Amino acid sequence: MASRFAGIDFYDVDSLLAEEERMVRDAIREWVEDRVMPIIGHAYVERRFPKELVPEIGELGMLGANLPEEYGCAGLGNVSYGLIMQELERGDSGLRSFASVQGALVMYPIHAFGSEEHRRHWLPKLASGEKIGCFGLTEPDYGSNPAGMITTARETADGGWVLNGTKMWITNGSMADVAVVWAQTRAPGDAKGIRGFVVPTDTPGFSARDQKGKLSLLASDTSELVLQDVRLPASALMPGSTGMRSPLMCLTQARYGISWGAVGAAMACFCEAVDYAGERVMFDGPIAGKQIQQVRIADMLTSITQGQLLCLRLGRLKDEGKMTPQQVSLAKRANVDMACNIAREARRLLGANGILAEYSSMRHMANLESVYTYEGTHDIHSLVLGQTITGIGAF
Amino acid sequence: MNITVCVKRVPDTETRIRIAASGNEIDEGGVKYVLSPYDEFALEAALQVVEEAGSGRVTVLSFGGDATKESLRSALALGAHEAVLLKGEPTMDGWATAQVLASELEGDDAALVLFGVKAVDDDQQQVGPMVAELLGRPCATAVAAMEVGDGVATCWRTVEGGQEVVEIDLPAVATVTKGKYEPRYASLRGIMAAKRKPLREKEAAVVEPGFVVESLEYPPPRPEGRIVGEGPEATAELVRLLREEAKAI
Ligand SMILES: Cc1cc2nc3c(=O)[nH]c(=O)nc-3n(C[C@H](O)[C@H](O)[C@H](O)COP(=O)(O)OP(=O)(O)OC[C@H]3O[C@@H](n4cnc5c(N)ncnc54)[C@H](O)[C@@H]3O)c2cc1C
Repeated sequence: MASRFAGIDFYDVDSLLAEEERMVRDAIREWVEDRVMPIIGHAYVERRFPKELVPEIGELGMLGANLPEEYGCAGLGNVSYGLIMQELERGDSGLRSFASVQGALVMYPIHAFGSEEHRRHWLPKLASGEKIGCFGLTEPDYGSNPAGMITTARETADGGWVLNGTKMWITNGSMADVAVVWAQTRAPGDAKGIRGFVVPTDTPGFSARDQKGKLSLLASDTSELVLQDVRLPASALMPGSTGMRSPLMCLTQARYGISWGAVGAAMACFCEAVDYAGERVMFDGPIAGKQIQQVRIADMLTSITQGQLLCLRLGRLKDEGKMTPQQVSLAKRANVDMACNIAREARRLLGANGILAEYSSMRHMANLESVYTYEGTHDIHSLVLGQTITGIGAF
Repeated sequence: MNITVCVKRVPDTETRIRIAASGNEIDEGGVKYVLSPYDEFALEAALQVVEEAGSGRVTVLSFGGDATKESLRSALALGAHEAVLLKGEPTMDGWATAQVLASELEGDDAALVLFGVKAVDDDQQQVGPMVAELLGRPCATAVAAMEVGDGVATCWRTVEGGQEVVEIDLPAVATVTKGKYEPRYASLRGIMAAKRKPLREKEAAVVEPGFVVESLEYPPPRPEGRIVGEGPEATAELVRLLREEAKAI
């Protein structure tokens, strides 16, 4: 029986955290240990998002935790928010994806771009988990290049809107009560014409279909959204959304959390690998005493420590209002790549047991392949950094 | 009804304890501290009683150093209304600690003073009953559940092989053990709210300890496991040993 998860802190990063940040981290860590770890392996194999946890996630204040208290949110700083993502993803990337989408891709845009009525109506219910949201940007033919989207929003004579199009790979899509949908209000390709709409999912013409056949993020709802003549009142438009820039701002928020989440997944795999290596006896001794395995875990500890310091610094910059999207690209790219490698190495260290759902490493390994792809693929973040360095766009 | 819960900051039970060079105290380097788990039961009991009553305040009181403020704030995050720190250096002398706490509690209007049944660091189970004695109040120990009525508290005590139900007249003291009161998780809003709740600091009364730790030793290494037999035939013997030798079942 593995001991309770105590995190990794080789560089005394704890002393760089405020007391409140440590308390937040410890509270979520404890909750994940007690409530998520006993069920997540089963939920994954059953291909089921553990929706029964949502009320508790809301009650504890994990949803949109860095948004203001006046809307029922916890009003935490960005490092605390990041630590929540770290601990959730220590459990499972699907759970963190749920919280990222709800907080950074649904609550954040409603707060930043929505009307006061949107905020008052939706934020408290989304914060408590009473309502679930999804974010529809990606389309079947527009993934890395969402600005090219062909979902349209046509203004009607009475000032309302009609939406038509298909959104793909939408996290929380089938279970959502509300969708933040991005649509083109002008000619195709006009990045400034892209606006955000708050769409209750019971609006006629809106339908969602579960994405079948996934081999990653099995404990997560990934769906396709079909919008067929979805008629909305004028008030559905988020007045503050101003072109492609707006969804990108949401993605910056979510990617920030992902860079922390990846560290959590990596820590989970590292701890599992170290525990296993200490117990598994082969050739008359624990494999922890074999040089190859020591190199493996030394590499893991090194990159986790680097990743930890990277996102902590990013969080401090964010709190100071100095964080740039390019810095977020660097952290998302580096930390998710790091976590993918660690999950794979941990899985290998575990030998045959490593392929079982009873252990976490392969689940994390498979999950992280989605994380590598969504929220800007690894390659796209390479291009963002390449452009930042050289001044030449290579998209 | 107001309740005061006395809490202690102790090393996390998951921490690997190392003995310091002095030989009579632990090495505090790298040790993570938490609220003593039984104190968490006591706090949960207090919060539930006050919540059910619909009124009243829960105060957490601790005798300790500056770092104890962190533990008190974690109690505030769980829902306590205010905290008091008696600043000083507690020793292993439960009697000295009881005197320090009692001198503060004498002026307190709390109808109930709750403690954990024991602190998990020194395991002495002294302080609660001693405080009751000093305050001249009745004391129920090892309380697993309680109901507070008008002027009395009914307590379900865990005793060997069963439960004992007792009534104590208020104001009273009780020590709480594992039972009804599974501690809640600190909510993130609670953690934020804790920063705005009052935490008063006072100098603790100075009491000379009459109980000094001479030395600490590690437990002996665990003896090797024993194979009783193999297959279903071994079951009877295994059950017998578990019952008679290990007294585990
Ligand atoms: C599990 C999951 C959940 C998701 N959740 C959501 C969600 O909630 N909401 C939402 O809107 N979207 C969501 N997505 C979609 C995700 O953001 C997209 O899959 C992602 O942006 C990549 O798009 P694509 O899959 O179409 O890949 P493509 O863009 O087709 O890319 C294919 C490959 O080409 C590479 N590539 C693309 N462009 C270039 C270029 N210019 N130069 C070099 N290489 C390039 C990519 O890096 C990739 O390797 C989710 C995806 C997954 C897998």
